[in-house]
Amino acid sequence: MTEHLVVLPIVLPALFAAILLLPMGGIRVSRRRWYSLALMTLSLLVASWLLWQHTNTPAKNYLLGNWPEPFGILLVADQLSVLMVWLTTVLAWCVCLHSTAGDDVKGAYFHPLLHFLLMGLNGAFLTGDLFNLFVFFEVLLISSYGLLIHGGGKKRVQSALHYVLLNLVGSALFLLALALLYSLLGTLHLAEMAARVRLLDPQQQWLLQSAAALLLLVFGLKAALLPLHFWLPAAYSQASASVAAMFAVMTKVGVYSLIRVFGALFAADAGALAGYGQTLLLWGGGLTMVLATVLLVAAADLKKLSAAMVLLSAGILLSAVGFGDSALTAAALLYLVHSSWIGAVWFMLAERIGQQRGTVGDRLVPGAALKQALLLGWLFALSALVVIGMPPFSGFVSKIWLLQASLPRSDAGWYVLLLLLSSLLALVALSRAGSTIFWRSRGKPIDAVQSGKTADAAIMLLLVMGFLLVVAGQWWMQYCIDAVAQLTVGGRGR
Amino acid sequence: MELFVAIAIGALTGCGCFLLLRGRTFAVMLGLTMLSYAVNLFIFVSGGLTTGAGAVLGASEVYADPLPQALVLTAIVIGFAMTAFLVVLAIRARAELGNDLVDGQGLAGKERK
Repeated sequence: MTEHLVVLPIVLPALFAAILLLPMGGIRVSRRRWYSLALMTLSLLVASWLLWQHTNTPAKNYLLGNWPEPFGILLVADQLSVLMVWLTTVLAWCVCLHSTAGDDVKGAYFHPLLHFLLMGLNGAFLTGDLFNLFVFFEVLLISSYGLLIHGGGKKRVQSALHYVLLNLVGSALFLLALALLYSLLGTLHLAEMAARVRLLDPQQQWLLQSAAALLLLVFGLKAALLPLHFWLPAAYSQASASVAAMFAVMTKVGVYSLIRVFGALFAADAGALAGYGQTLLLWGGGLTMVLATVLLVAAADLKKLSAAMVLLSAGILLSAVGFGDSALTAAALLYLVHSSWIGAVWFMLAERIGQQRGTVGDRLVPGAALKQALLLGWLFALSALVVIGMPPFSGFVSKIWLLQASLPRSDAGWYVLLLLLSSLLALVALSRAGSTIFWRSRGKPIDAVQSGKTADAAIMLLLVMGFLLVVAGQWWMQYCIDAVAQLTVGGRGR
Repeated sequence: MELFVAIAIGALTGCGCFLLLRGRTFAVMLGLTMLSYAVNLFIFVSGGLTTGAGAVLGASEVYADPLPQALVLTAIVIGFAMTAFLVVLAIRARAELGNDLVDGQGLAGKERK
C-alpha cells in the first residue's frame, strides 16, 4: 500500500471531484459542501502521510503501470515535491472551509472544480516528466478558468478572458519548447534529459538555448515575472475571495517548475549552458519586487493590496532562485510556504472586511464601523505583522533566513536592500490601510451582515499553521536544506 | 519535404501571431487555433520526417518514432477542449461587456451604443 501512496494525491482528488459531480438526488447544497470538506480532509490526511513518509528519505520514483523507466509515466516523490503537495493541500482544505461561508453557492460546481484544481497542482508537483508537467498544467489551468469566473459579473469575465488568452498562448509556447527539446534530446524524462544535455553536440547548443528561453517565458508567465505579470493584479483582485486565496499558490507553481526543470537541465556542471536564465531571473525578480512595492503603496482597495503582496512574494522568490545558491534556495522554500498561506489569508480577510462596510466595501476610505471590529481588527494586525516579517511570526523567520543566506554573497547587496525596503513600505501601506478601516470609521455598524464563522475559522487556521512554521522552526529549516540537497544530488543523473 | 513542412509551420505561426494581436476576440480565437495547428504539426515532425514508415513495430521494416504521435494526440485533445472553453467564454464576455473587443473598452468609445 505504501508504495502506491505517491499516486494517491493525484488519483483521490480526481475521484472526489467526480463523486461531487454526481447528481445527488435532492440533497441541498448546504449539506453537500460538508461532503466536499470531508473528502478534502481525506486528501489532506494522504498528503500529510506522504510528507511524514518522505521526511529524511531518498527520492522515490513511482512508475505508473510499471512500464520500464524512460518509456512509462514517472512520478517522483522527493522532499521538495512532497512539501509542495502538502502545503497546497493544507491551503485547499482551508479554502474549502472558507467557501462554506457562502462563496461556493455564488455559481455552479465550485467544489468539484476545487478538487480538480488540487489534482492538477499535485500532479504538476509530483511528475518527473516534462510532457506530463504540461498535461497537469492544463488540468490546473482549465479548473482555474472555471473558478476565476465563478460567480460571474462584468469585470470578472473580462479579467478571466485576458487570463485565459495569455495562458493559452503560454501553453502553445510550452508545447513548442517540448517538441524542440524532444527532437534534440530524444526524451522528455527529466532525469534522462539532464544526463543527455551534457552529451549534446556543441553546434546544437543554440537550439537548446531557444527551447530553454521558451520554457523560461512560460514559467515566467505562470510565476508573474516582471514583463509577464500584467494578468495577475486584475485576475486576483476580481476573483471571489476563496478562489483568490487558492490562487495564492498558483504563482508558486511557476517558481517550483523553474527550480525543478532549470535546476535539473542547467545545473552547475551542465557544460556551456550551466546556470542558464539565472541572470534574467535575478533582475526580473528584483524589478518585480520594485513594481510590487509600488503597487502595494498605491493600492486603492484591500484586494489590490493583497494581489500586490502576492506579486511581491513572487519577486522575492524568483530573485532568490536566480542566485543559484543552495543556501538561498533553501531559505526561499521556507518563504514559499509562508507566503502562500499568508497571501491566502489576506484575500480572505479583505472579503470579510469588505462585507461589513456596506457600499464602501474594501476600498481604503473611511466608512461605517465594522460589526466584528475587535475580531477582524486583531486578525488584520496579526496578519500584517506576519506578512511584514515581525518576530515572532513566520514572516520574520523566513525573511531573516533569506537575509542571512544572502549576506555572505558579495553580489546580493541590492537584494538585501530591496527585501528590507519592500518590508518597510509594506509596513507603511498596511498601517495606513488598517488605520483608515478600523480607526477612521464613522457611523454605526451595519447590522445586516453575512455571518461568516467558517470564513473566520479558515483565516485563523491558516495563521496557526503559519505559526507552526516558527514553533517547529528547526525541523522546517532542516527539511528545506535537505530538500535542496536532494535536488542537487538528483540533478546529477540517476 | 522538410522545407515544405517548415514553410507550412512558419506560415501558420505567422498568421496565428498576426491574428492574436487583433483587437476582437473572434480574430484572436482564430489566431490561437492557427497557432495550435502550427504547434501540433511541429510536435508531429519533431521525431524526424520519414516516408513509408509504419507506426506499429514489426508491421514494416522501418518504423516512425511513435512518441511524437502520442504527444500530438494529447496536445490536439487538450487544445480542442481549451478552444471550446474559450469560445464559450468569449460569447459570455460579448453578452456581459456589450462588445467583442478583448479589452472590453470599445474603440475610443465609437463601438458603444
